[in-house]
Amino acid sequence: MTGIWTAALPDEKLGQKAYVNVRLLDPATDLDVVCDAKGGLLTDGEKIVEFGINIFKDGTPEGVEIIDCGGHCLSPGLVDIRVQVREPGYEHKGTIESAGRSATAGGVTTMVCLPNTNPVIADMSQVEFVARRARKIGLAKIYPYAALTEDLAGEKLTEIGILAEAGAVAFTDGDKTIANAQVLRRALSYARTFDLLIVQHPEEPSLVSPGGMNSGETATRLGLPGIPREAEIIMVERDLRLVEMTGGKLHFGHISTGEAVKVIRQAKARGLNVTCDTAPPYFALNDQSVGDYRTFAKLSPPLRSEDDRLAIIEGLKDGTIDAIASDHAPQDADSKRLPFTQAESGGVGLETLLAVCLDLYHNNEMSLLEVLAKITYVPARLLKLPAGQIAKDDAADLMLFDPEHGWQVKDTDLASKAKNTPFDLRPVQGVVLRTVIDGRTVYCLEDY
Amino acid sequence: MAKSPRNPPYPHRHLLGIEGLSVQEISHLLEKSNQYVGQNRLTDKKTETLHGRTIINLFFEDSTRTRTSFELAGKRLSADVINMSVGSSSVNKGETLIDTASTLNAMHPDVLVVRAGLSGAVQLLAEKVNCAVINAGDGSHEHPTQALLDALTIQRRRGKLQGLKIAICGDILHSRVARSNIYLLVTMGAQVRLVAPMTLLPSGAEKLGVEVFHDMKEGLRDCDIVMMLRLQNERMQGNYFPSIREYFHFFGLDYEKLSVAKPDALIMHPGPANRGVEIDSEVADDYSRSVIREQVEMGVAVRMACLDILSSNLQLEMQEGAE
Repeated sequence: MTGIWTAALPDEKLGQKAYVNVRLLDPATDLDVVCDAKGGLLTDGEKIVEFGINIFKDGTPEGVEIIDCGGHCLSPGLVDIRVQVREPGYEHKGTIESAGRSATAGGVTTMVCLPNTNPVIADMSQVEFVARRARKIGLAKIYPYAALTEDLAGEKLTEIGILAEAGAVAFTDGDKTIANAQVLRRALSYARTFDLLIVQHPEEPSLVSPGGMNSGETATRLGLPGIPREAEIIMVERDLRLVEMTGGKLHFGHISTGEAVKVIRQAKARGLNVTCDTAPPYFALNDQSVGDYRTFAKLSPPLRSEDDRLAIIEGLKDGTIDAIASDHAPQDADSKRLPFTQAESGGVGLETLLAVCLDLYHNNEMSLLEVLAKITYVPARLLKLPAGQIAKDDAADLMLFDPEHGWQVKDTDLASKAKNTPFDLRPVQGVVLRTVIDGRTVYCLEDY
Repeated sequence: MAKSPRNPPYPHRHLLGIEGLSVQEISHLLEKSNQYVGQNRLTDKKTETLHGRTIINLFFEDSTRTRTSFELAGKRLSADVINMSVGSSSVNKGETLIDTASTLNAMHPDVLVVRAGLSGAVQLLAEKVNCAVINAGDGSHEHPTQALLDALTIQRRRGKLQGLKIAICGDILHSRVARSNIYLLVTMGAQVRLVAPMTLLPSGAEKLGVEVFHDMKEGLRDCDIVMMLRLQNERMQGNYFPSIREYFHFFGLDYEKLSVAKPDALIMHPGPANRGVEIDSEVADDYSRSVIREQVEMGVAVRMACLDILSSNLQLEMQEGAE
């Protein structure tokens, strides 16, 4: 897949645009209608003005630019709540611009980045740096998480009240667990003062063998150290107790085990204020993907067993798992071209997010709208972001896609600066044709 | 609490806390205190009320104002006042506390004024002595004379306690002042609100008959009295809040946050105030609003009243025993 980016500048003159001959999909309102030339969606400047099957029944108004969507699907742009952009500090792995190109190629119009940069996002100026850079580059919108503890060391709280006022959407130590129970207890309690959300990477650190993969047959056969599923389950169970104790709000990132899904399901039934997401590798792959020491399949948490994979799908279907995030974690080639135990973990995911999620639709696990909900308005509402739905006067952040078109993921084809996709060579179905942010087309698939 | 005979208006041997006192008992303490305010403003401040009595100020924790206040109160009533400061670090709590108590008891004091770093230590000591004991602050438990002096200050300014909207703000978790004030003000029919970050609120605070807020402007709205508490850093271990800057930003009293309270709302602080932490200097020093100095003045009167009342109760008890 190759595309064209037009990093549209804010001073570009924006008139009215009519998206006609289109299937409109909005999971937030259960909207799924097919429009011919008499209907569709109208934007004016940066906003959505109107949409529906009959809005152009008397023809499109004069001076309006008409975009014929060829009967393809137009939905809200995707909202990805777990992205590592690596800038500042690790620009050899990824930059805000590279993440922006990846995101828009994947239909992602809003992303939320982890604070594990260098320096760590833990003060007002860092929060503002990310926002300012993203605005200047003009690709996907970026909202930052800020660090929950200083230097992500899990000990001393950052100024989360002041950071929230500066624009941090939630607080997390990124891919590090807040392991000290007293620290998390106080954090949950203090955050409740301001109704703020904490995002946890649930993994008991003392059970994680460095450089390992999921404990089990494959690890044994390969002679690799094992990371037991219990590392995740124990931390989820402990954290649920702390949520219950403090009345705080906690979100678990990238849930990977069936047992964690089960205890979260029970906690939600008890009325606890918990939510969670998973990432495409955990419902599309299992630990056999590590095969012959493929470091692109080395992720954190590690890819789990087939039973876990199926349980994650069940969790998505019954709503226990609220959202799907790409878990985009770019790595430079050198840090993956190492013996498995020494290689860095993580995989890029922005460009394959839609296509891999659509597996759930093509395999008849979920409807198209149900899949889209997990990557649009649901994650947006979790973080109170103004995104993820089609509504009058909302920003015109849109994705035009063809859910049926088949293609093969190739690391070398990725727009991302880093190429470490765990889905390399996977045949997928579903392609992004056009990405619109604030009424401007910022990405178009070539030859579309 | 050991009951004194013949049912005096305050029928207890000790003053260990406000919790459990009745409206009548508190009112009696306040009336008596109010009577002593005048005496402290005279040139000759001394009366013979407690002539010949021995009062020991036993402080296991550093204190300047409370100890001085008790010392003055005793001396103005002509009692013999001894100050004993026992550095808390040199005391091996528990056994030694009781040892100290029995040693002092053997010297036949009439009133022991005790401050201790550990909650419940004053009560433990009171069980081991024959004299009256006044709790001058125990850990995070109670500080009854502070609540009485706060109430006296409010009552003299507003003529009543009942129905007033009173916000107690800040480090409730570690504060004995807050607990004593909550018990007193709720008993006397005030509408008490607590304003603090979740981490500085003890669990179950809302069960004490108060309303709980986490936002200063919501909590201070239409209040008659804004009572600030000292942030007790010395009792904190770990992350109750991220920084002084953030604490002051959200919970420090400044004119902006005060603007939602009643225009004539009074500002109180038990002292010593951390300026720029829980209270802005400008506000603390605004004597049209701040009654912080008055609180100190009322403190002496309240302590005179307490010493007076407990001493006469003790005398009654001894007479009873003799009969």
